[in-house]
Amino acid sequence: MKRYEIIDTPIDVQKYSELVLHPAAGAVTVFTGHVREWTHGVRTLYLAYEAYVPMAEKKLAEIGAEMEAKWPGVQVAMAHRIGELKISDIAVVIAVSSPHRKEAYEANEYAIERIKEVVPIWKKEIWEDGEEWIGAQKKYPEKGSESQ
Amino acid sequence: MITVHYFARLRELTGKDEESLDRAPLTVEDLLNWAEATYPGFGKETIHVAVNEEYALKDDVIQAGDICAFIPPVSGG
Repeated sequence: MKRYEIIDTPIDVQKYSELVLHPAAGAVTVFTGHVREWTHGVRTLYLAYEAYVPMAEKKLAEIGAEMEAKWPGVQVAMAHRIGELKISDIAVVIAVSSPHRKEAYEANEYAIERIKEVVPIWKKEIWEDGEEWIGAQKKYPEKGSESQ
Repeated sequence: MITVHYFARLRELTGKDEESLDRAPLTVEDLLNWAEATYPGFGKETIHVAVNEEYALKDDVIQAGDICAFIPPVSGG
């Protein structure tokens, strides 16, 4: 199985933590992001995620490479689920191992922030009285600025 | 020919997952202008373009055979 993947079936968290575990790892942090029922007073019935799958998997792998460069010794596995998800379902899992715990925590938080910035995945919230694609992207980058 | 992909809100707006265009070479900005003119409400100000699965800048040139995707504001996680 792949370390960076978009899947359309329930996420098996244990598989991703086992992927990054190795004898030199003294810490593994596992983050799971779940479908939340209430957001700013609005009740979500379910979510629908879609992705540009090949580019999304490539971007996840790039984020993993960024993490390995910033925190030498970390190993990373990440998956994001697409399709219709119910309340409390796992939408994303990030597993990070490192020799010591500090790096595993820091790198894990970095990963979710970067996913929200650059990975082509979209979330539609379906409420009792409507639905909407969610997202708040910055204006188009100018030449010379960061392309993401 | 180039291929363009539509996702999320843009897929619903255009009623298409993808289409082929016989307009290459053209810049990313040209492509965004074409989309805005063709699909009112496209919202090009907040949409990025990926060319061959990499984010492109507005003056990058798209060549025949390239695979493009309009990337509306992302919301993974």
